[in-house]
Amino acid sequence: MSAELAILASLALPLAGAVLIAFAGRIGVNVREAATMLIAGALALIVWSLVPAVAAGERPQVSVAEVLPGIELAFAVEPLGMLFAALASMLWIVNSLYSIGYMRGNEEANQTRFYALFAVSLGATVGVAFAANLFTLFLFYEVLTLSTYPLVAHKGDRQSVASARVYLVVLLSTSIVLFLPAIIWTYLVAGSGDFTLGGVLAGKLEGAGVGVLLLLFVFGIGKAAVMPVHPWLPAAMVAPTPVSALLHAVAVVKAGVFAITKVIIYIFGVEHLAGAFGADLLVFIAAFTIIAASIVALRQTNLKRLLAYSTVAQLSYVVMAIALLTPLAGIGAAVHIVAHAFGKITLFFAAGAIYTAAHKTEITELRGIGRRMPVTMMAFTIGALSMIGVPPTGGFVSKWYILAGAYQADSMLALVTILASTVLNAAYLLPIIYLAWFAREDEGDGTPPARVHGEAPWPAVLALGLTAALTVGFFVFHGAALDIARQLLAGF
Amino acid sequence: MDILGLYHYWIFAVLLMTGFFAIVAKPNLVKKLIGLSLFQSAVFLCYITMGKIEGGTAPIMGEGAELFSSPLPQVLILTAIVVSISTTALGLGLVLRIKDEYGSIEEDEIQGQDQP
Amino acid sequence: MRSKGRISHDGKIRFARGEALLAPHLPHLPHLPMLQVLVPLLMAPFVLLLHPRGLAWAAATAASLMAFAIAVVLALTVVGDAPLTYQVGRWPAPYGIELRVDDFSALLLLVITGASSVTLLGGWQSLARALPSARQPYYFSAWLLALTGFVGIAVSADAFNIFVFMEVSSLASYVLIAGGPDRRALSAVFKYLIMGTVGATFYLVGIGLVYMMTGTLNLADMAVRISDVADTRPVLLAAGFITVGLALKAAIFPLHIWLPNAYAYAPHIATAFLAACATKVALYVLLRFDFVVLQHSASEHAVQFAGYLMPLAVLGILVGSGVAIFERDLKRLLAFSSVAQIGYMLLGASLVTIAGLNAAILHMFNHALAKGGLFLVVAAFCTVAASSQLEQIGGIARKMPWTFAAFVVCGLSLIGVPGTAGFLSKWYLVTAALDYGALGIALVGVILVSSLMAVVYIWRVVESACFAGEFGDDADSDSETAAVPPLLFIAVWIVALANLYFGLASALPIELAASAANLLMGNAP
Repeated sequence: MSAELAILASLALPLAGAVLIAFAGRIGVNVREAATMLIAGALALIVWSLVPAVAAGERPQVSVAEVLPGIELAFAVEPLGMLFAALASMLWIVNSLYSIGYMRGNEEANQTRFYALFAVSLGATVGVAFAANLFTLFLFYEVLTLSTYPLVAHKGDRQSVASARVYLVVLLSTSIVLFLPAIIWTYLVAGSGDFTLGGVLAGKLEGAGVGVLLLLFVFGIGKAAVMPVHPWLPAAMVAPTPVSALLHAVAVVKAGVFAITKVIIYIFGVEHLAGAFGADLLVFIAAFTIIAASIVALRQTNLKRLLAYSTVAQLSYVVMAIALLTPLAGIGAAVHIVAHAFGKITLFFAAGAIYTAAHKTEITELRGIGRRMPVTMMAFTIGALSMIGVPPTGGFVSKWYILAGAYQADSMLALVTILASTVLNAAYLLPIIYLAWFAREDEGDGTPPARVHGEAPWPAVLALGLTAALTVGFFVFHGAALDIARQLLAGF
Repeated sequence: MDILGLYHYWIFAVLLMTGFFAIVAKPNLVKKLIGLSLFQSAVFLCYITMGKIEGGTAPIMGEGAELFSSPLPQVLILTAIVVSISTTALGLGLVLRIKDEYGSIEEDEIQGQDQP
Repeated sequence: MRSKGRISHDGKIRFARGEALLAPHLPHLPHLPMLQVLVPLLMAPFVLLLHPRGLAWAAATAASLMAFAIAVVLALTVVGDAPLTYQVGRWPAPYGIELRVDDFSALLLLVITGASSVTLLGGWQSLARALPSARQPYYFSAWLLALTGFVGIAVSADAFNIFVFMEVSSLASYVLIAGGPDRRALSAVFKYLIMGTVGATFYLVGIGLVYMMTGTLNLADMAVRISDVADTRPVLLAAGFITVGLALKAAIFPLHIWLPNAYAYAPHIATAFLAACATKVALYVLLRFDFVVLQHSASEHAVQFAGYLMPLAVLGILVGSGVAIFERDLKRLLAFSSVAQIGYMLLGASLVTIAGLNAAILHMFNHALAKGGLFLVVAAFCTVAASSQLEQIGGIARKMPWTFAAFVVCGLSLIGVPGTAGFLSKWYLVTAALDYGALGIALVGVILVSSLMAVVYIWRVVESACFAGEFGDDADSDSETAAVPPLLFIAVWIVALANLYFGLASALPIELAASAANLLMGNAP
């Protein structure tokens, strides 16, 4: 398959797959879930088939239509997008496996809708990853928002509808009020929104305008959850856990930081931004988000909300790293997108497994649960260590590069922030691990003994075992990701 | 300014405003329609008078005919009168239907009936 | 409809010359502007004779589709090419009545005939339920007369002819609105009749004054001659009368008060048709007059036009959207949204730049697609729901998921989400506003805020359709085919797909709008 065809196929497949899943749902649940797995596998194959070419320095591209004069619907694969698409398509397979266990285990309604929209979301994610210009990126960014909205509101009860409303309002309003004007401004000033090495705005926009435009982008891309546009992420936690795991720890949120990264590298241009006042401010905002979100996470009692705030903090690692504008930090940002994905999806899988097996959502309920669900809690522990950045987990690798980048940039603020947040990460994650492994179930506040349960259904356990293995494996085998990330250095 | 010389404009303006007043102020639907007719007639008058030239005749070439009035305004107004009649007829038809449905042709009484 | 355009390297869209392409097959091409009017006009009395069930509808739909075909041929002929003119009775232009189809009228013809065809096509069952069968021939006859009036306005190059067609379309529209079973439509239509007639009479006064000063009724001729009497008091007075009169017809804020009730209580299908084109036709005449004729008549026309209409446009956008947010009836909600959308078109025009006019004209087309589609979906909803109250349609998404999906698509187009037609006009509008300097940035703010308000009111509908409880969970998707008439379902999806298609490949409307904007500003394209 030629690269151009592979790009188009990777976009069309999930969308066609959604229709297929919808029809398969009428035949039977097994057929539907087989279709999901099949499509996820095929997507991963197609996306990964592009990796060798991109790693070899090729930049396949394809233009679909010219929507307005000068504004094209076009796709191009560059290293960062390749990394993101490869990551999302791979984790979709694992997540589909997990979904089968979770959705059946919890006897959720409307599962056909769930699987079909999941496929659409993944298609939109790949569209974001492969977008060749700001317009295409924005198009798929909005499709991603809209296709995940029903997934967040999946339960349909009052609370999830209200939370889904927060989700939609925050994401749509930031994108319409800030992101869209930023895009139009860019097209007006630069005459193009194509992602170009060195930045299309270089030499075209100077002075305070650069800072204002950068802030419009950063806050307009609400999916990156930079404070104060983060509230949608904790709100999204009402969704079924597979949604939180793949979409709100990987696809959606990473689409946000990915978009910011692309804007900084390919729209502003690293060199062009280096002297501008906006970049310093961005480091500060990201640092604030990291610390503030970590402190808020400390005070959470609900496991998924805690993980959500942890995600808010971890996303700003990427934003801060790219805003440092040094090569090593750039690599750190790219690698962190991958490393955090493995760790956080594991944590969510574990949280969902606990909910499926024990119907527990609060942290205080987790006393001694490690003895009942050893595999799940082992995976949780690995994920937590990765969040903190302890070797031998993937989180260590990316944190290493970001720290090195901070040294390179001579930024005391970034260094202190990373160290402080490591301490905070440990402070909110380690007590959970302690409770799970070392506290006794029957001691405590005298609640009646929990019902007897073991592990969650096997597909869920298998999935979380796989991602935990990936988290550890990434510590050793991150060469390929690093090679691709290094190609970004052409932009520095 | 020759106020009296422009008397037809004054008639036009007074008629127009009288009609408009009826449309806005009268709650009775038939009276509104009468106002509407008056309003339109005022405009017709305006057209007709501006087409007339003192001493002018119909534009037919012939002996002694040197000054012609434009016939076009009259033709236009003929059409406009047809339009006006149709509008009034449709309006009256509506009033009949309203009377059937609501038992009244007073605007305030009709509005009161549809308040839940 | 497929556009035959392709985009060449300099960014301009070029079309295969339709005339050269079509001429050998269509010997009647020169007569098409006249036929555009005659087809619906002659069919109207004929339809009256067709009493057997459904025949009147079929004949009206056929006539409407034929008119649509003519409009497509006309659009492909004039796009990027000289306008087509037709001298009625072979009387030459300033003396006889001239019909003239240029890019602007071609675009409007597409909207009018397209809206009429799609709504009629999908509207049979819905209308048959609303009308006693004895009255159906009369209703479809009135429909064709309304269509005649609208297309007549679009093809006329004669100011008085426009007045006559405007009244033909208005009188027929009153019948279309009042013909349904809802008695509240009667008082709504009475209000519409009064206000519409006052508007038309104002317009009549205006053209009378212009005629008095220039001695011509032909728009092009008028534009030339009016420069001799520029800035005289009668011409300024005429400008006021014409603008206010047409603003009444176009439901420009604050002269919109007839619109919400008229749209809300009309039969659903008639609402879809009228919402897609009625106000736009009046706005079309307004733009024609204000730009082609009056622009040359008053030295500060641009300043005045912008000065008076821009605040109204902004207020209309904000108030219309604001009221829509709190509206409990779906049709009234969409009607108030129309008031806001007319504000967008006016806002674009009131910038008095080519870019602004381009945005305004393109939005006419795109809004017709979005709003026509939304009202068609309402008609589909109302085949099962008792009324269009939001409570009554609660949970309807579970009963008819595909119809509801079309609602979401059209709703997104209304909001202006990328990938839909509505995005393009919003993009043009924001770009045009940004070119306008400091005030432009404030206008961009207004556009964006009102887009957000559109998100809110569309999402209120989506939420109640998805999550409220009127229709139970027992409704499986098989019952959708039973509930929604298949033709209506097809019509709904034709419009929804058109919203998507013209969001990605809208070469034809963009080209038409661009050259129409050039035309209005007095630059030959």
